[in-house]
Amino acid sequence: MMRVELVKRPQQSALFSALSPFIALLLTLVAGAIMFLFLGKNPVDALYYFFIEPLLETWSLHELAVKAAPLILIGVGLSICYLSNNWNIGAEGQFIIGAIAGSILPVVFPGFQSWIVLPLMLLMGVVGGAAYAGIPAWLKARFGTNEILTSLMLVYVAQLFLDWLVRGPWRNPEGFNFPETRSFHAYAVLPEIWPASGRAHWGFIFAIVAALVLWFVLSRTLKGFEVKLIGQSPRAGRFAGFSRARMVIFAFLVSGALAGLAGISEVSGAIGQLRPSISPGYGFTAIIVAFLGRLNPLGIIAAGLVLALSYLGGEAAQISIGVSDKVARAFQGMLLFFVLACDTLIHYRIRISRRLRAKGVEAPAGHA
Amino acid sequence: MRTKKTFLALTAAAVLGLAAAGTAQAQDDPTKACFIYVGPIGDFGWSYQHHQGLLQVEEELGDDVETAYLESVPEGADAERAIERFARSGCDIIFTTSFGYMDPTNKVAAKFPDVKFEHATGYKREHPNVATYNSRFYEGRYIQGVIAAKMSEAGVAGYIASFPIPEVVMGINAFMLGAQSIDPDFKVKVVWANTWFDPGKEADAAKALIDQGVDIITQHTDSTAPMQVAAERGIKAFGQASDMIEFGPETQLTSIVDDWGPYYVERVKAVRDGTWEQVDVWAGLAEGHVVMAPYTNMPDDVKALAEETEEKIRSGEFHPFTGPVNKQDGTSWLAEGEVTDDGTLLGMNFYVEGVDDQLPN
Repeated sequence: MMRVELVKRPQQSALFSALSPFIALLLTLVAGAIMFLFLGKNPVDALYYFFIEPLLETWSLHELAVKAAPLILIGVGLSICYLSNNWNIGAEGQFIIGAIAGSILPVVFPGFQSWIVLPLMLLMGVVGGAAYAGIPAWLKARFGTNEILTSLMLVYVAQLFLDWLVRGPWRNPEGFNFPETRSFHAYAVLPEIWPASGRAHWGFIFAIVAALVLWFVLSRTLKGFEVKLIGQSPRAGRFAGFSRARMVIFAFLVSGALAGLAGISEVSGAIGQLRPSISPGYGFTAIIVAFLGRLNPLGIIAAGLVLALSYLGGEAAQISIGVSDKVARAFQGMLLFFVLACDTLIHYRIRISRRLRAKGVEAPAGHA
Repeated sequence: MRTKKTFLALTAAAVLGLAAAGTAQAQDDPTKACFIYVGPIGDFGWSYQHHQGLLQVEEELGDDVETAYLESVPEGADAERAIERFARSGCDIIFTTSFGYMDPTNKVAAKFPDVKFEHATGYKREHPNVATYNSRFYEGRYIQGVIAAKMSEAGVAGYIASFPIPEVVMGINAFMLGAQSIDPDFKVKVVWANTWFDPGKEADAAKALIDQGVDIITQHTDSTAPMQVAAERGIKAFGQASDMIEFGPETQLTSIVDDWGPYYVERVKAVRDGTWEQVDVWAGLAEGHVVMAPYTNMPDDVKALAEETEEKIRSGEFHPFTGPVNKQDGTSWLAEGEVTDDGTLLGMNFYVEGVDDQLPN
């Protein structure tokens, strides 16, 4: 009988660790080309429309920034969580609560019009997202609950709360009973960066700044050292005098704050009102982004742009060569699969053995 | 290293070559008509019917037209990008076929004054290059009400509704009035699915209604799920948007078919001839925009009555909203012989007497 085993490599190749995302990208392209071939499309054309065409025009680059902004903002926040071994799966909920909290002023007090409205909205979005992330953090630090479950389930709570708000108390009185709030007034709209050429808004700047700041914190400060040390070796962290409970709270608050900022930026910059659904799953896609960027804030900028490109490319390919809108999702799935597969093979090698082995073989550890 | 460079060079060459091909294509002569759908073209309801319209445009204009479409475009930030992409990709006329595309359509229209925009079911025409169009589906709903009252033994029909917007409320009222013209005590139970397309939710709504004792189902949502549930439970139902007879050969009484084809052909031709103008079209049975699927699974006398009602509405002899009609609370709305105006219908936010539901407010 043949067995396939994963055996931990004694040493990991630094070269391949760095190349891994690119190899994954290449494999995704190859697999995508094969998929297009089976769909009866010319793979070169298809890949061109998917990955090149959206980059050729200014307006399209703006759209790329609009789409990438929430992914990067949420992704860099999540990297702090994941590096410190806190599994926040609820960024989607923190995004929504941030958007709701930030929308209180323009929706409930539309008469309050002043330049101060927008900064207050952003602040409330940040606080809302952080507070919502604080719930699973506190539960974990205080009672040792599993933060994967609590943070994920709070996503559904947030989604239903938003749904109730826009169908009920916050529904636009002039909106013919459609489930959406009134449109934000001019003072509540996040400005465009360069209005003459496209509609990318300041959310993208926030994303880049957040990534740079967190990169600096992680690589150059004691706090960054603390994050990574507690993540890699909680025991060593304790000896160093770092508190695990405080780190749980810190990581979740930072991550929630950034997700909340992403939420209010999206609503204020790109949509202009609250609707029953304000996110096509940014909070979950950002998990892919965080890992594709290898939990490095600078890598996450690149990863966010790649994922955003796959959305835009999906549309371009649909229009130009008539493939289904599901192809974009298939691409994202393949990309994540290959990234994880490459990472696994860097840390482990495959051994095929023909003998039946006795008990006590070390089970291959999962690598998330 | 060498292979890598070769690869890069090849890629660059391929990219440049294709880019050149792309620009050459854009100068072709045919008029380009583009469509944005809120659901998948395989929903066999709303989006499916709009796509049938696209196919009719292709068929009738042949080489004079080039078409493109995007399906399952979410209403929100993504819609604006999708519309703008069409506008930039050389579309001469863009049909945005869901209410939620209203603001994005008008925003993009402001940036592309040379492109014509046609928004279905909306009311905002903020720029001269935006037209709106819709159909008088309530005419078909009245006929369905007549049939329901004739066919139901329980005297109560179930109505699966989407959102409490005037379009939907108007349909419920028309159905109610049609039924009351036969049986003044007829009842309508309403379930709000709060979605346009969600087969699971729609099926649940149908099951809940049947469990409450209704023996006729009608729907203002887009999937075929209610029809299939009705078929399983052995009761009768009305189709929506398209002829759903395949999904309930023994079940469907008739269906209100949205025939967008004639309008789409007319508007694309107008762009081609340079005669396109901003309009606000609201057409019904008379113009062929609303078509009743064959009357099936009913006795001949009911069929005859349905056909007679249809003819009266088509000829303009009868308007479904003709008094006397009371509002739900019993106060008078339309006096004897009075006919409502379109404005009231388009902003309708109240039920007529007899609807067994509280309008969500």
